[in-house]
Amino acid sequence: MKKIGKQTIKFENPVNILNTACIVGPKESDGPLAKYFDKCLEDEFWGESTWEKAESKIIKETVNTAIAKSNISQDKIDFCFAGDLLNQCISSSFGLRELNVPFYGIFGACSTFVEGLSLGSVFVESNVAEHVICCTSSHFCSAEKQFRFPLELGNQRPQSSQWTVTGSGVAILSKSGDGPFITHTTVGKIVDMGIKDANNMGAAMAPAALDTLLTHFKDTGRNPSYYDAILTGDLGYVGKEILIELSQSNGYNIKSNYNDCGVMIFDKDSQDTHSGGSGCACCGTVFSGYVYKMLREKKFKKVLLMATGALMNSTSSQQGESIPGIAHAVSIEI
Amino acid sequence: MDFWQNINWFLMLKCFIVGGLICIIGQILIDKTKLTPARILVAFVTIGAILGGLGIYQKLIDFAGCGATVPLTGFGNALAKGAIEEVGKSGILGAFIGGTKAASGGIAAAIFFGYIASLVSKPKMKKQ
Repeated sequence: MKKIGKQTIKFENPVNILNTACIVGPKESDGPLAKYFDKCLEDEFWGESTWEKAESKIIKETVNTAIAKSNISQDKIDFCFAGDLLNQCISSSFGLRELNVPFYGIFGACSTFVEGLSLGSVFVESNVAEHVICCTSSHFCSAEKQFRFPLELGNQRPQSSQWTVTGSGVAILSKSGDGPFITHTTVGKIVDMGIKDANNMGAAMAPAALDTLLTHFKDTGRNPSYYDAILTGDLGYVGKEILIELSQSNGYNIKSNYNDCGVMIFDKDSQDTHSGGSGCACCGTVFSGYVYKMLREKKFKKVLLMATGALMNSTSSQQGESIPGIAHAVSIEI
Repeated sequence: MDFWQNINWFLMLKCFIVGGLICIIGQILIDKTKLTPARILVAFVTIGAILGGLGIYQKLIDFAGCGATVPLTGFGNALAKGAIEEVGKSGILGAFIGGTKAASGGIAAAIFFGYIASLVSKPKMKKQ
């Protein structure tokens, strides 16, 4: 493991992604990627009395599914990295309080999944852990309540707003295995271009995504065509277009192999989510469900997964603060 | 039969158009500006109170009836009108008493029915 360039860590013994799991909510179950998910819920409460409890149950059951799928016992997992969007990350800490695994609670807003993969890889590569579990969750209803307006108010959503994905994505990293492998991680910087609209996260996060993307190419000496797919976490339709344009003006054409998880998870015409999906689980479920399977089937061989996060809270937006963005990337190859 | 014959269809039409126009203004503000719904609601109440205080809103009510009183601007108008009337009766203190007094029926009904609704219904994920 060594640092190359300004912000990138190269793993000399690439870290194996042993297995993944994901559970999604009802709207995601109607989307184009439904067949790749482990479990599709019909009810956003999943039998619980509150959305927060439902979200905790989703992350807990997804972790259990991932452990069961990877055929290792729970006590073989050395560390857990988890985070979500709710205040003080209660979905993760409440959902995983019975997991009995050393626990790091992390917050990177919607970039949490890749932040976890990045940190987990460092732990595995540095020989302090054999297995690390990285997980994240989000829930449309609990996120709307916290960041925008309670659903009881029946507010209309503006066209630039995105739909928080209900679900959880989990990946188990291990020292050895037959891939796919995490070979590099580029750790993002906080970038704030002064966007203040909490209903236009894509525009707020796109400059951060650009910064990490350009730095990744510079640090590794690669260019966009090296990858079969470059995927951002949740820029949505608005942010995706902005990133394509910004990259173009910086001399990188990513148009042909770039997509955004928020664009992929919902059908634009039939599901009317406005600007696409968002939330920690957006990148988490699309990777754990779709991308991981594509890598295992070798339909993708080289993927740059870059989760984007908006580092604001409801107080900061009520006080008129701008939204700082961040993007963390991992390069995954098989 | 008397009921149907006594309906003023022309007033109904005016009511529908004026009420609709006020709501269209709200919709345009939601779609085309960055104003949050909460701010738009407060603005509607304030505008209603100002127009009511100046006596302009009453003309709209005379013209369109419920088309002008039911939207939130009508609530603002009721606040202003109540305050002005109460000042006439009990002096300057009326400016603080009159508004809520005039609107008390609406406020209490909103709280009461809101509570009833919260007992019988459960919020769900929106379809879009």
